[in-house]
Order: sequence, then C-alpha cells, then structure tokens
Amino acid sequence: MNLSLELMLQLAIVVPFLAVVAILVTGHNPNLREGVTIAACLILIYLVVNLYQGLALGATISVLWWELLPGLTISFNIEPLGILFALIASFLWLVTTCYAIGYMRSHQEKNQTRFYLCFALAISAVMAIAFAANLFTLFVFYEVLTLSTYPLVTHAGTEKAQKGGRVYLGILLSTSIVFFLLAIVSTWFVAGTLDFKLGGIFSADVDKTLAGILLVLFVFGIGKAAIMPFHRWLPAAMVAPTPVSALLHAVAVVKAGVFTILKVCIFIFGLDLLSVLPTTQFLLYLAGASVLLASLVAMRQDNLKARLAYSTVSQLGYITLGALLATPSGVIGSSMHIVIHAFGKITLFFCAGAILVTLHKSKISEMRGIGRQMPLTMLAFFIASLSIIGVPPAGGTWSKWFLMMGTIETEQWVLMVILMLSTLLNIAYLLPISFHAFFPDLIPNKNQPNKCSNKAATSINKQPAIGITEAPLPSLIAIVITTLGCLILFIYPQPLFELATAVLTNRE
Amino acid sequence: MIAHLPALQVHLPVLQVIIPLMAAPICLILKRAHPVWLFALITSGLAFVISVLLLQQVMTSGVISYELGGWQAPWGIEYRIDKLNAFVLLIITSISTIVLFAAQTSIEKEIPKSKHTFFYILYLLSLTGMLGIVATGDAFNVFVFLEISSLSAYALIAMGKDRRALWAAYQYLIMGTIGATFILIGIGLMYQMTGTLNMEDLSQRLPEVAQTRTVFTAFAFVIVGVCLKLALFPLHLWLPNAYAYAPSIVTAFFAATATKVAIYLLIRFTFTIFGLSFSFTTIPLQTLFMALGLAGIFIASTSAIYQKNIKLLFAYSSIAQIGYMIVGFSISSVTGLTATLLHMFNHALMKSAIFLALGAVMYRLGNVQLSSFHGLGRQMPFTMAAIVIGGLSLIGVPLTVGFVSKWYLLLALLEQGWWPVAVLILLGSVLAVIYVWRLVEVAYFKEPLSDQVPVKEAPMFFIIPIWTLIIANIYFGIDTRLSVQVAQAAAMSLFGVTP
Amino acid sequence: MLMGLFNHWVVIALMMIGLYIVIAHGNLIKKIVGLTLFQTSVFIFYISMAKVNGGTAPILADDIIQYSNPLPHVLILTAIVVGIATTALALSLVVRIKETYGSIEEENIQDQDNQTFEQSNSQKDSKQEKQA
Repeated sequence: MNLSLELMLQLAIVVPFLAVVAILVTGHNPNLREGVTIAACLILIYLVVNLYQGLALGATISVLWWELLPGLTISFNIEPLGILFALIASFLWLVTTCYAIGYMRSHQEKNQTRFYLCFALAISAVMAIAFAANLFTLFVFYEVLTLSTYPLVTHAGTEKAQKGGRVYLGILLSTSIVFFLLAIVSTWFVAGTLDFKLGGIFSADVDKTLAGILLVLFVFGIGKAAIMPFHRWLPAAMVAPTPVSALLHAVAVVKAGVFTILKVCIFIFGLDLLSVLPTTQFLLYLAGASVLLASLVAMRQDNLKARLAYSTVSQLGYITLGALLATPSGVIGSSMHIVIHAFGKITLFFCAGAILVTLHKSKISEMRGIGRQMPLTMLAFFIASLSIIGVPPAGGTWSKWFLMMGTIETEQWVLMVILMLSTLLNIAYLLPISFHAFFPDLIPNKNQPNKCSNKAATSINKQPAIGITEAPLPSLIAIVITTLGCLILFIYPQPLFELATAVLTNRE
Repeated sequence: MIAHLPALQVHLPVLQVIIPLMAAPICLILKRAHPVWLFALITSGLAFVISVLLLQQVMTSGVISYELGGWQAPWGIEYRIDKLNAFVLLIITSISTIVLFAAQTSIEKEIPKSKHTFFYILYLLSLTGMLGIVATGDAFNVFVFLEISSLSAYALIAMGKDRRALWAAYQYLIMGTIGATFILIGIGLMYQMTGTLNMEDLSQRLPEVAQTRTVFTAFAFVIVGVCLKLALFPLHLWLPNAYAYAPSIVTAFFAATATKVAIYLLIRFTFTIFGLSFSFTTIPLQTLFMALGLAGIFIASTSAIYQKNIKLLFAYSSIAQIGYMIVGFSISSVTGLTATLLHMFNHALMKSAIFLALGAVMYRLGNVQLSSFHGLGRQMPFTMAAIVIGGLSLIGVPLTVGFVSKWYLLLALLEQGWWPVAVLILLGSVLAVIYVWRLVEVAYFKEPLSDQVPVKEAPMFFIIPIWTLIIANIYFGIDTRLSVQVAQAAAMSLFGVTP
Repeated sequence: MLMGLFNHWVVIALMMIGLYIVIAHGNLIKKIVGLTLFQTSVFIFYISMAKVNGGTAPILADDIIQYSNPLPHVLILTAIVVGIATTALALSLVVRIKETYGSIEEENIQDQDNQTFEQSNSQKDSKQEKQA
C-alpha cells in the first residue's frame, strides 16, 4: 500500500474510532465483533510501525485538523517519544484483546459490546495523545480518555463499581479541571503558544517563581500520573475487569499520565529551565515519597490487584522522578521505563486475571501452592516480577540503571537511596507471591497473621494436587507473549534505547 | 411578493418585534390547539430568519437605526440594532423555535386541553416582550416590553401542573414588579436630568451631569432592578421555584432566554447608556459584581447538589451559571465581556437542551424527582445521553461549548492577573461535576424501582429538538468561528475598540 | 430645600409604605395593595416632575407661553395600564391560590407545601428502603 505518512498518522487515530462504529454494528455477533477488534489492532500496529520507520528515515510529519480558537489547534505530529508510546499501546492492545476474549467469555461478563467499544475509543484517545503536537490537543484527548474509560471502570455496575468509578472520575476530572486547565491557560497566556517544542516554549527571562508554580500545577493536574496525594483513583479503578486493569491501568491511562509529564518537562519547560526552577526539588522529593510510600502500602495489600495497583503508583513515581531530574539519562530512563514497566505490569495483571478466572482467587493469602496448578502462569509472574524489581534477566534492569545514573549525575543522593530502598521493597512484596505459589511449605507466611489463612493453606496442602488447570488458551498466549517481551527487552534493548535517546536529539 | 422583499428589508428591525406581537391575537381566531401550535412555530421560525438577516446585515454594514413611524430619533422611538443585540436576538429566536417544536407534545400532559391556545398566545407575547427589550433603542420602551414579557411569564409559570407553580408565579410577580418599578424610577430620574429617553441621546448627555446625586440614584435603581430580573445572587430567590414548577416547555424557554435578556440589559445600561468610565470607575461595581458572582457560583452550585427535584437542581445550576456571566462582566475588559457574551449563547444551548430532556422525562414519568430516574439510562437512552452531554457541557469539558466560554473567562481573568478568582472559577466547575454525576449515577447504576412502570423512549417530537440542541452544543464547541467572532466584535464595539 | 422638593418627600414616603407592606404582610391581598401603592408613588413622581410652575396644558394658542411637559404624562398613561394589568393578574393568581390551598396567608401556604414535600420525601424514602 502506498499511503502517505500524513494519512497514516491520521488513520492511526481514526482506525480505532472506526472500530468503535464497527463494533457497534456487529455487536450482536460476538465472533464477528472480536474479529473486527483484532483486525483494527493489526491495522493499527501496521500503521504505527510504518510511522516508526518513517521517523527513522528522518521524515517530519505534521497534520493540522482544526483550529478551535485562534491559535489553538487540534494538530498532530510524530516524534520519538510519541512513537514509543504509540508502539507500546497499539501492540499491547492486540495482546490484551487476545487475553480479553478468553477472560470475558470464561468469566461470562455482561455488556461485552460496550466493553470492546469503550476500549477502542480509549485507544483512539491514547493514539491522539501520543501524536499530539500541542498541549491543547493533548488536553482534549486526555479528557476524552478519562470519560471513555469511566464505563469500563464501572463495568460491573455494582455498588462497589459505582463507588470506585466515583473516585476515579472525581479525582481525574477535578485535578484536570482545576490544576491542568489552569496551568494550560496560564502557559498560553505567558508563552503565547502551546506547541511542543524541544527546549521549551518559555522565553529565557520568564519569571522563575511563576514557572515554578506552573510546574507544580502541571504535576498535580496530570492526575493520571498518580503522584501522591492524587493516586487514590488507581486502586479504586481496580474494580474493573482485569483486561481493563491490565491495559488501561498498567499501560494506556497511567502511561498517558507520565507521558504527558515527560512531554511537559521536555517540550514545554525544556530541561535547562526545569533544572533551575525553585519547585523542581520539592516535586522530586514528592515523587520520591510517592515511590517509597506506595511500595510500603503495597506490602500491606492482600488483594493481588490492589497490591499491583500500588506497585504501579510506585513505578509511575520513578518515571516522574526521571523526568524531573532534567538530565538526558533521567529522560532516557523514564522513556524506557514506560515501555519496560508496561510489559512487566501487564504480565502481572494478566496472571492475576488468569488466577481469578480459573481458580476464582483474588487474595494473595489464598494463593499458596497454586504453582502446581498453574505452573506457566506463575512462572510468567515470577519473570515479570523480576522485571519490575529490575534484575537480570529482565528488561527492568536497563531503565532502573539509567534512572540511577540520573540521580548520581545530579548528585541527588537522597533520591538514589530512595530508589535503592524501593527496589528492596519491590522484592519484598512481589517475589513472595511466586515463591509461595511454588513452594508453599518452605517459607512461613509473614504477611498474613490471620489464623484462618493458615488453616486454608494447610487445607490446600492436604489436598492432593488437582493437576494442571491453566487459563483459557487465548489468555495464556497473551501471557506468554508479554513475558517473552520482558526477556527480549533485556537481551535486545538497542532499538528501545535508540528511540529513547532520539527523544532529546530529534531535530525539528 | 419577491419584488417587495428589498423594501421589506428596511423594516426588519420592527418586523422582528411586530410579527410575534400580531401573531398572538391571530391565535385566538385559529382557536384549535394544533393549528395554533403550527402557526406559532412558523411565526417563531420567521422571527429566527429575520434575526439571522439582521445579524448578517449588522456584521457587514454596521449599526441599523430604524425610526418607528418615521419620527426622528430623539423624539420618536428608535429601534437600534448593533452587533450586541443582533447576537442576543439570534439566541432568543433560535431557542424559541427549537423549543416550540416540542411544545405540543409536552403540554398535552402538563396543561389542560382548554388552555392550549392561551399557552401559545402567552408564549408569543413573552417572545415579543423579550425581542422588544433587545431591539429597542428607547429607555422607556424597555420598561413596556419588560412588562409585556414578564406579565406573560407570570401567567405561563402559573400554568404548571404542580400547585406550587401558583405560589412561585405569585412570588415572581411581586419580585418582578418591584424590579421593573425600580427600573422605571431609574429611567424617570435619567429623564429628569437629561430630558431624553433615547439611549443614544442619553449616552451623550449623561456625562455632562454624571457627578450629580440624581444620576447616581438613577444608576443604583436601574442596576438593582435589572439584577432582580437576572436573578443575581442574592436577588435570586424567585428563580428556583419558578423554573422548577413551570411547565417544562416554559422552563426550557425561559432558562435559555429570560436571564440572557436581563444580562443584555445590564450590559446595555452600564456600557452604552451610563458609559464605561461612569459604571466602572466612579462606582465600585467591579468588586461588588465580582464578589456577588463568585458567591452565586458557590452557593447556588452547593444548593444544587442537595436538590431532589432535578428541575430544581438545574435551576440552581442556572443561578451559578449567571454567576459566571457576571464575573466575566465585572472584569470589564474586551476578553471578559466576550466570555460573558459567549456564555450567554452557550448556556442557552446547554440549558435548553437539558430542560427539554427533563420535559421528556416529565412526559413519560409525570415527575422529575431523583428517585424516578432509577434505571432511566436504559429505558430512555437518548434522553439520558442528552442530559449527560449537556451536563458535560455545563462542567466545561473540551469539545463542548462550555469549554469555549470557560477558556475565555480564564484568559480574561489571567489578563488582569486575578489568579485566585481563576482558581475559584475552576473549583466551581468541580461542584458542577458533583451535581451532574449524582444524576448520572442514579440513572445508570440503580435498578428501576419495583413499583415503577417501565417507560419507553420519549417521542420523536422531543428527541429531534433535544438532539438538535445537543449537536449544536458539540458543533459550536468545535467550530467556534461564528460565536466567537460575533461575541468578540460585539464586545469590541461596546468598548469602542475598532478591530 | 425641604419644601422645594416637597413632591419627592411625598413620593418617597408612599414608596416606603408600599414596600413595607409588601415585605411585612403575610396576606397576599395586602401584599398586592402594597405593590400598587409602591407603583403609584412612581407614577406621582413622574407626573409631578413634569409640572412647571405657572404652566398650563400644552395647547397651541397665542396667549400660552409657559406649559407643562406632556411627555411624562403620556408615559405614565402606559405605566398605569401596565400597573392595572399587573394587579389584575396578581388578583387572579390569588383567586387560584385560594381555590387550591384554601388560604391566602403566606405562612399557611408554605406550611402546606412543606408538609406535602416532607410526606412525599418520606414516602419515597420508605419505598427505597423496601427495595433495599
């Protein structure tokens, strides 16, 4: 096919949107409906890969859709960071759809058409965020993403889902209206433009205090990045079906948050300005606190999905921290961590969902010994845990390496200690799960002083092994793919590293 | 006929007011409800066409001055159409036409059959009054038209099914008459000082006597009178009940237009007649209105959160939205006034859509209590979706009209460096999130009550106008050229800035 | 000074009396009386303002040099009509209020409304509880 790159860029946003319509039309026939979704995923990946190659060849692509108000446009272009985000989101959409087919069917969820529909809409918004050429476009689709994921979070329609949805929408919408919008209007007022530009759009003589306040507004306003104290929505969103938690709350939504923070740091403020702002240090410590506190909270969670959610909050703190360090290694580390954490965390969520569907267990204390029933799943869980912790042979090693480099370069010793401490905490809250699964008798359960669970554990031990009962095949395939992704990123991180490096050197 | 059209074009300003005025008694002759409805619809449509032509003419060739009966301006009554009132005329006639489309279906269930004809007569008279207030260039004429529109409004509100409608209409009558009389006193004092009633003439003669106590008194009376009419906090007490218990069509029409007309009057009196320097430098109007506007936003939004009657909820939300317009007005800059004018247009679109949708709910269920909305998301998907989109527009989500006016308001505040106010405005939007979402949760998450009879989607006569308005909400949120251009041009001409 | 603006004092006194009645009285008819008084005071204000000392009616005749301004009279004619319409409408509203509520005392009416409001609320609540 001979499509121009401009057209491909637009198609990348439009195709998922067209999928929405197609899903709506084919809703009565589940096979056709899911076929349509898969086809849309494949086309999207094809488009994004082509764009990636186009960028590698040095093409500059920009598209203007509409001028909403004088000077405020809905327009798109491509640059390495956006491509990186689009690649990961589109690829994992395919994998998650594959997983969701197995999950949703065996879990017999209602309203599956609405589920796939909102999913496609969310991906459309994510693509638009990834390719946004200015802050205004990004904001518009940021809000679209919030609203389109609300029906997914409240999918179950129960009282609990309603409460979770309330927290979700309440925090995301109010932070974005009060802080983010104010920051955008002020930026527009001070700088006169909202276009993303390498090196920032503020003039050199901008009032440092004002810019510092704006930075705080941005970091608080981008609630999707889940920096404490605005992280509550993420655990609340865990009432959603697992594929939603996996893709949206490990990849698309939260990554849209940290992606926006990276974009703002690099293309609105510029690293030079960022490093001299009076509030940067405060925000760095805030991100550090977020990393550490979320890890501590994660340790206390017995619900697997809640533990993973707090772990996500902590890992998002890493990315924000890297962006605010304002050094090349920090930015490279953050960019790489977006991808690597996505693969790791989505695998963990897939496993959690698989355990829920096959064994109907959601509490960690009930998961002793399940390695015998679901060996493949728990192996994947183990490898993904390693990736999140950041030890070989998993991809997490590289991003954490660069983030550490960033703290050393800027001589932020406190933050370096925080990162190291957090790694220890990661080990403490992730590894026991897979150890207990495989060796239920070896390590006494410290996390769970509850007597009942000990009884439950012994009762499991007394039972003869039931044999292997893995997750439904489509789900299992998805788990294997993302686990392989974690490993491949360790062995072959070169393209990712090059893309991340290009973020700061891309000529425009 | 065609040959006479150019000749008619000169008379457009007066035709705008005369056509609905003449149409009202003709309704009496037609007698039967259905033809009267059609006739009223056509009349309103005609008024809409005229307002479009007027706006076109004003935008291309400037102010139109029309001398009624050929009497020259300071002596005779002059109709004066500039960008500002052409814009407001367009808002009134467009909303009136769209709302009328659903009228026949809606009043079938809410008003006894014998009164249908009178309903349309009053509706047309009320429309005449509003158009007259806006079109005229004569201060006393404003009072006359104000009373025409108000008297018919009291009667329309009293037609509500609930008996509280009577009490609400009575309260509105007392407050409205006091407000109108205040305006009359103000106009009298102005006449005493200048000897003229023509607005243009007044604006030239008032500065000479601006420092006298009489002019201050006149100003105070006029402003308080107008603020009573526009339900500025704390003079808003008549509004919630009047909107909540009036027939749905009346609520949709008034919520979108009546307060806008009052705001137009406020702008006309302060900017054109008394002049910018008098209104904003001699008198601390800025601080006062800013404080009252903000107080209105917060207190009314908070009361909205606690309402169980959804019409009452959105009536309080209207008071809050008036607060936004007043804040924009009090900034007294071109951008601020642009924001106010834009919000007049945008708020008319969202509120008429929401109240029409509530009318549809009323049609099917017979009430709009929050508990009746259980499970309505499934039973009336189109109506509820319209309320949700209208609500998002109220919150100010991008790609809806609400965002455009909020953007300009924030910009205007930042221009003046009023950061704290900007933050307060945004916090006000968060309150809007709460009261809109309370309704959404009930409609989409609660199962229908067991004793509630399942209902169908609203009839087409509701769905079409509701969705016309909703699509306009989104269309003008994306294609902002028309609204922003006109609002900006009107604001600039009021400040005497040439673009 | 005081005597020079004699008409103003009368107008203000009438106006305040009218306004006071509207605010202080709970009887709906009395409120309307107050409102009419309030309006009438403004009419007097307009008419007295147009009077010129020694002036006569504005008739085109040779021996008339000084005449009163006729315009305010004309305006007030309109305003009087409006006032009558308002009063008529207000009275008819009171008739209907009396028919439905059986009272024209503000307190009574509000009590009745609050009662029905609370009743319907408690009914709704009990319904919801039953459901739950």
